[in-house]
Amino acid sequence: MNEFSSLREMSAGLDRGDFSSVELTQAHLDRIQQANAALNCFITINADSALAAAAQADDQRARGSKSPTLGLPFAHKDIFCTQGVLTTAGSKMLSNFVAPYDATVVSNMAAAGMVSVGKTNMDEFAMGSSNENSFFGPVSNPWDHERVPGGSSGGSAAAVAAGLVAGATGTDTGGSIRQPAALCGITGLKPTYGRVSRYGMIAFASSLDQAGPMTRDAEDAALMFSVMAGFDPKDSTSAERRDAWLDATIANGIAALDRPLTIGLPSEYFSDNSNLSYIDIAKTELQRLGHKLVEVSLPHTQAAVPVYYVLASAEASTNLSRYDGVRFGHRCNDPQSLQDLYERSREEGFGEEVKRRILTGTYTLSVGYFDAYYLKAQKIRRLISEDFQQAFTKVDVLLAPTSPTPAFKKNQLTDDHVAMYQQDLYTVPTSLAGLPAISLPCGFCDGLPMGMQLIAPAFGEELLLQLAAQYQGQTDWHLRRPGDSA
Amino acid sequence: MNWEAVIGLEIHVQLATKSKIFSGASTAYGASPNAQACNIDLGLPGVLPVLNEKAVEMAVRFGLAIGAQINRYSIFDRKNYFYADLPKGYQISQFETPVVGEGTITITPENGKPRRVGITRAHLEEDAGKSVHDLYPGMTAVDLNRTGTPLLEIVSEPDMRTAQEASAYFRQIHTLVRYIGICDGNLAEGSMRCDANVSVRPTGQSEFGERTEIKNINSFRFVEQAIEYEVARQIDVLESGGRIERETRLYDPDKDETRSMRSKELSNDYRYFPDPDLLPLSISEELIERIRSDLPELPDARQERYTSTLGLTDSDATAISNDIDRANYFDACLAAGADPKQSANWMMGELSAYLNKHDVTLSETPIAPELLAQLIARIDDDTLSSKTAKTLFDALWTAGASGNVDALIESLNLAQLSDDGALTQIIDDLIAANPKQFDELRGGKDKMLGFFVGQVMKATQGKANPQQVNQIIRDKL
Amino acid sequence: MSGLHYQRISMSQEAPDHPQHEGTSVDVGHLAGLARLAIGDDASTQIATDLHAIIEMINTMQAVDTQGVEPLSHPLDSTARLRCDEVTESPNPTHFQSGAPSTVDQYYLVPRVVE
Repeated sequence: MNEFSSLREMSAGLDRGDFSSVELTQAHLDRIQQANAALNCFITINADSALAAAAQADDQRARGSKSPTLGLPFAHKDIFCTQGVLTTAGSKMLSNFVAPYDATVVSNMAAAGMVSVGKTNMDEFAMGSSNENSFFGPVSNPWDHERVPGGSSGGSAAAVAAGLVAGATGTDTGGSIRQPAALCGITGLKPTYGRVSRYGMIAFASSLDQAGPMTRDAEDAALMFSVMAGFDPKDSTSAERRDAWLDATIANGIAALDRPLTIGLPSEYFSDNSNLSYIDIAKTELQRLGHKLVEVSLPHTQAAVPVYYVLASAEASTNLSRYDGVRFGHRCNDPQSLQDLYERSREEGFGEEVKRRILTGTYTLSVGYFDAYYLKAQKIRRLISEDFQQAFTKVDVLLAPTSPTPAFKKNQLTDDHVAMYQQDLYTVPTSLAGLPAISLPCGFCDGLPMGMQLIAPAFGEELLLQLAAQYQGQTDWHLRRPGDSA
Repeated sequence: MNWEAVIGLEIHVQLATKSKIFSGASTAYGASPNAQACNIDLGLPGVLPVLNEKAVEMAVRFGLAIGAQINRYSIFDRKNYFYADLPKGYQISQFETPVVGEGTITITPENGKPRRVGITRAHLEEDAGKSVHDLYPGMTAVDLNRTGTPLLEIVSEPDMRTAQEASAYFRQIHTLVRYIGICDGNLAEGSMRCDANVSVRPTGQSEFGERTEIKNINSFRFVEQAIEYEVARQIDVLESGGRIERETRLYDPDKDETRSMRSKELSNDYRYFPDPDLLPLSISEELIERIRSDLPELPDARQERYTSTLGLTDSDATAISNDIDRANYFDACLAAGADPKQSANWMMGELSAYLNKHDVTLSETPIAPELLAQLIARIDDDTLSSKTAKTLFDALWTAGASGNVDALIESLNLAQLSDDGALTQIIDDLIAANPKQFDELRGGKDKMLGFFVGQVMKATQGKANPQQVNQIIRDKL
Repeated sequence: MSGLHYQRISMSQEAPDHPQHEGTSVDVGHLAGLARLAIGDDASTQIATDLHAIIEMINTMQAVDTQGVEPLSHPLDSTARLRCDEVTESPNPTHFQSGAPSTVDQYYLVPRVVE
């Protein structure tokens, strides 16, 4: 075992008795201890509870349990409520919030015997594309510490890329799993909306938020995804299904892809004159695997970013009203009135980007603007969704770049919010349509990893994972590590 | 100038579900502070609402009871405002598409004629918590137990013109929601509260004047008083050349006045939008039909049946039909074969007096409708006189469920004496003992008939059949 | 490839006109009041500039023809699933109030509200 062993490799090691879960967990904790100061991936490290959970897993294994996930260390994005553990969402507002209950994702992982070593850093309330909006400070990209890891799941992405954990949970509202996965050279899956329960996941934009795995390869993504996913009666928007392939995947890994696919290339994603040579290489590799590439059109792509910002900000503006300093979280000193308590607690507790989005959402929902913004955006959302449905009548999956740029320098975009928002250009359309998409490492630009995105019809995660696993079986982009020469 | 008031009410009805509208916490009244506020009610980070099916069914039940359209597809919206007892900073409500559309209800104001009041809509929403202002100096204490209790907000048309009509409407809604079993109707515990929209205009003018809204009135009497005060206040303002400001006012029953509510002035831009945590509510035809078939016969229909088919007086019919327990008791008496008028008389007379005297409700009465029906049957077949029937009623009350009408008549010796021979013997003896009185009777002094009947009753301890006694004496003349 | 190059993926070159909101003025004070955020005068100017740029960006969507299109409120485009009316929670106030800013006798406390 080394620091870049995959979850599957660790599972095999545990099974063979090469090491115990306690030893494995301690090794993870040691690496985190060593590397976290430079990277700032973790907000909270749970050494004691992790070792206790690992000991319990060892005990279960000794008594004959064979679950492949039993005793595997991983990390949670600090957006999932974990009972008895600090849960901050990267915000000063919740910097003292110890969650009194577990998110469904948290209990699912625990029930599978997986060992959470800590909670990873993130953009405040998942709002950001660089992890610079965290109250707990920015995260460094393991490939270049001067650069951002992407966001909002930047802590999870950096921790996986740096070999601190083999897998971490993330959440994706407009690209928050896929973009940092691309910028850190790892694999990240945003599942179909409704596939993974949102219960206990601190809400940013309810109609878009979806949790998913961040790992080094598709096999591990499939393993974690199969544990995270499932119908949850506590979430009204949870899809009532449990596909048989999920359990088969936990037991046996991803089933081999048994047919050539037709892969669509949406022309709108390739119209930019940026250097897309890394995607050209990926196209060649996919063709070599026997797949057919065809051009398709998603005509409303251009409107996706503005539509996304209208809907996400509107939903966020009211989702964040509960942070009022009354029942939990930050309260200002010596409030003079209820009004003063609200206004100062919220002013002090929220960071600049969060406030901008609250104000944007308040504006677009205000009397007189609802039709022009929110309703209009929902109509375009339907057009965007229909674009995809149309494309999927002709192709099995779509291929697109994940992010328009590789990891950029810290502070480079912090003053240009609109430019920062354009980081989401290639990821928000799928979020609006609720579709599953996976980002895979597929090349480099200037020594920095780049990702490509595969997009499937709703509930088509298996196909994405199969194609990704096949691709990773024939290429080694996902095996490149920070410090390697690109 | 003559003024006319225009009044519309928004009534909030707490639905009698076991659990809350969006969480599994109990709705029971009276728990210690915040002991019934779960993580969802508290609006903790990450929690999500899941709609209670019973609340939906109750809303549909109400809609069908007022003959309203049930919207097959309706949406839950967020109504955004900040308040200490509103944990999420928004209330989940329904804005553009309520469950229940337009309907009507008939009211009968005291000393007035029945009239129809339009109901604009009724929608589902969650209740807020309670702020207690007088418990700790300088502080407001917040109890969120009530948070998330399902509410049906029933919005009337501005169809009422007097405070009495408004109060009658409030009462009628109270009757109806208890009737159809969707609310316990307990006003003291806040199970029903209403907001009144009040404006005045010169009589004959068709446009409405500017209105004010009086919040949170929780008794029939206060509705009347608050509106009366507010109407008078508005007329005063207008007659002294002032203008009515659109505002929210609070009724203070101690001072019997309304005053402007400062705390509600800040935000009137609620930024309604569809709650993305909840999918649209779809109500199937099957569900509507199931609920329809399960509805009791409604007060209006019963009132009509009791007066026109059964011949009850208006006042008895109203008194019985307006209360589901009374109406069901009455119908059970009829089902057991009792005469309608007699049943109504006994219910509104003796039964009601005993219930009052013993402070029990009709649902707890020891005299089941079948027993009352048997008692009435024994009057009809002349076994009982009205006097012995009352004795029997008292005995039945004491005996309770074990009471047996015929056994008690037997053991208490209550049957009327109807034996011709025995009665003739008694009458002959009385005539012999009172020749002077008999002569007077014979001479046409009809009053003396009463004397003889009275003597017979005395001699038989009230058990003689008075008609029969009359007949025998007349035959002697 | 320079970082600067990557920044210029803006759609503004192709952004259509948005006649509806020409010269949008943003009343930050009003919005901050609705959102209960105490924003000082200094910050307010910067926020107004920022919001203006964001609104400008989102206004580019106005060019899309949505005549006759039904709004999509939800990617699943389906209807609500309901729960049975059962009491499943028995909350413990001490548990939920352990991190609360101010409580007494199981109540949450805020400065006195005048109604």
